[in-house]
Amino acid sequence: MAERLIELRDISKSYGQVYALGGVNLSVDRGEVVGLIGDNGAGKSTLIKILSGVVKPTSGEILIRGQPVTGWSAARSRDAGIETVFQDRALAVQQTIVRNIFMGRELTGFFGWLKVNKEIEEASRLMREIGFTSKVFTPQSIVGQLSGGERQGVAIARAIYKQADLIILDEPTTALSLTETAKVFHFVRQVRASGRSILFIGHNIHHVFDIADRFVVLDRGKVALTADRSQVKSAEDLINFMEDVAHPGGLPGLRDAGDPEQRAR
Amino acid sequence: MSKTMEPDLHEPSAISRPGNPREEWKHPSDHWMRGFILDNRAALGTLAVFVVMMTVFMIANPTVFTTWYLYRSVLTTLPVALFVVVPLVFVVTCGEIDLSFPATMGFASWVFALVVQAGYDPFLGIAAAIATGTLLGFLVGSLVVYGGLSSLIATLGMNFLLRGLIQIINEGRSTALTSLADSWAYKIFSSQLYGIPVQIFWAIGFVVLSALLYNRHRFGAQVKVVGDNPDSAQQMGIDVKRVRVKVFVFVGIGAAIAGTFSVMINFTWWPTAGDGYLLPVLASVFVGGTPTWGGVGTVVGGAIGAVTVSFIQTGVVAAGLSGFYVQFFNGLIIILSLLGHKWNQARYR
Repeated sequence: MAERLIELRDISKSYGQVYALGGVNLSVDRGEVVGLIGDNGAGKSTLIKILSGVVKPTSGEILIRGQPVTGWSAARSRDAGIETVFQDRALAVQQTIVRNIFMGRELTGFFGWLKVNKEIEEASRLMREIGFTSKVFTPQSIVGQLSGGERQGVAIARAIYKQADLIILDEPTTALSLTETAKVFHFVRQVRASGRSILFIGHNIHHVFDIADRFVVLDRGKVALTADRSQVKSAEDLINFMEDVAHPGGLPGLRDAGDPEQRAR
Repeated sequence: MSKTMEPDLHEPSAISRPGNPREEWKHPSDHWMRGFILDNRAALGTLAVFVVMMTVFMIANPTVFTTWYLYRSVLTTLPVALFVVVPLVFVVTCGEIDLSFPATMGFASWVFALVVQAGYDPFLGIAAAIATGTLLGFLVGSLVVYGGLSSLIATLGMNFLLRGLIQIINEGRSTALTSLADSWAYKIFSSQLYGIPVQIFWAIGFVVLSALLYNRHRFGAQVKVVGDNPDSAQQMGIDVKRVRVKVFVFVGIGAAIAGTFSVMINFTWWPTAGDGYLLPVLASVFVGGTPTWGGVGTVVGGAIGAVTVSFIQTGVVAAGLSGFYVQFFNGLIIILSLLGHKWNQARYR
């Protein structure tokens, strides 16, 4: 069994009387792509915010590499190597790829002067690491000239530079064409190959099915299903299951797999 | 995955190929000149405008435009503008505007005049003026950033307020500084070297340093990112407010130097010192190719814009037209430059 990077145990979050999350268990292992699926309002955003430390859970336990943490915060989340990549507003599109990767943590020599060559070198290394290379652009290309999928690549390269062990991709393929989606998948596979983990959030089930090693379906603040790829034959299975959750009455075999502790055995 | 879904990317096998990244990413059609032109298209566009304008002037009146006297007069006043145009490029790149610099010029040079009049060394006066400029820049910046005010209106207000203070206290009286002529400071900052006004060398040094600051320093990098996408910058741990205040402080320092230089040219401080620079300086920034939307800009372009703007007035008169044409040509150059830059640079979203 691979190293367990992060584990959420029985996490609940309520805003006043309203429960956003009610007892969620979720774990991500090293080098694993976990697909988090859920309809709007299922609690995906709340879960991301808890993982990134922006929102504190009302109750529950967070374990980082097996160790329970107290005083969970955005800083603690960052120190634990968790990085969230939002689909929009994450990049400065009029700047170069290099400037975006090193945004806020420029490589500087004495007196704050930029080490330009060092930055280009480092950016090339990061881009190569996630398979983000092409004949039509260089690390000094303007991000605005890149396609949607390639922009995700810049954001992922930046997350890797920040020493992230777990990269949360929030709907990275929404509004992307097939070719662009394929590019993002290409990056995700490279990141996994480098031993990092990815939490892939999406509501396009086909996309999530294509890329994830494990699926977690959220429904109305609860985990409705946790399934390994081997347990799900096709994306249709997942879709049927989700319809079933929405309109109860089928697929009992899958629901047994819902307990993460059982799955671990 | 079907063939059509294959991403247009190199295979990861390329990973095991280290080496010079500049070589590695080389595009077949990449020539250093192509890159240079693309990177500096705004500045080069401004230069083209300037060259065309000067050619027209020279054809109109070849004799005047080959006399050194004309250039010397421009080279004396141009540096004053350069010291504020360049910091303003930073402000506009950051997504803000500063209209308070004329009053800061007046205020800082007033402090300089007071120190010199009191019999202290002009160097001390310059230091005091720069300190005043820094302080005023910080004040204006803090008001805009921490007060959450629109920089357009707030700095306009500060311009009136500071100028008003100067006027109230001085009641229109100017200060003559005849002792300046014998001082070392004058020799270093305001004399002539082989017939060339020495100010221009200081101004060129300032432009070069600022261009490096803009392109090769963390400050410039953060100014651009903040102007481009403040949310993202904040998320990445950049202190957005601090960066914004810093650009206003930079304008304050530039305005202080500009004000002091203008006093040293005339040996006199007037309560209106700096007033006439508001519109030409603003025009220079935008003629220079820095767009209004923030995130990008060009320091060298701004400097060439300042040269263009300062030659319009001299040029129009020297070309044999009456002074009434100056305003018209000012406007014409501004509009033509803006149209040119619009065509020349795309805005990425």
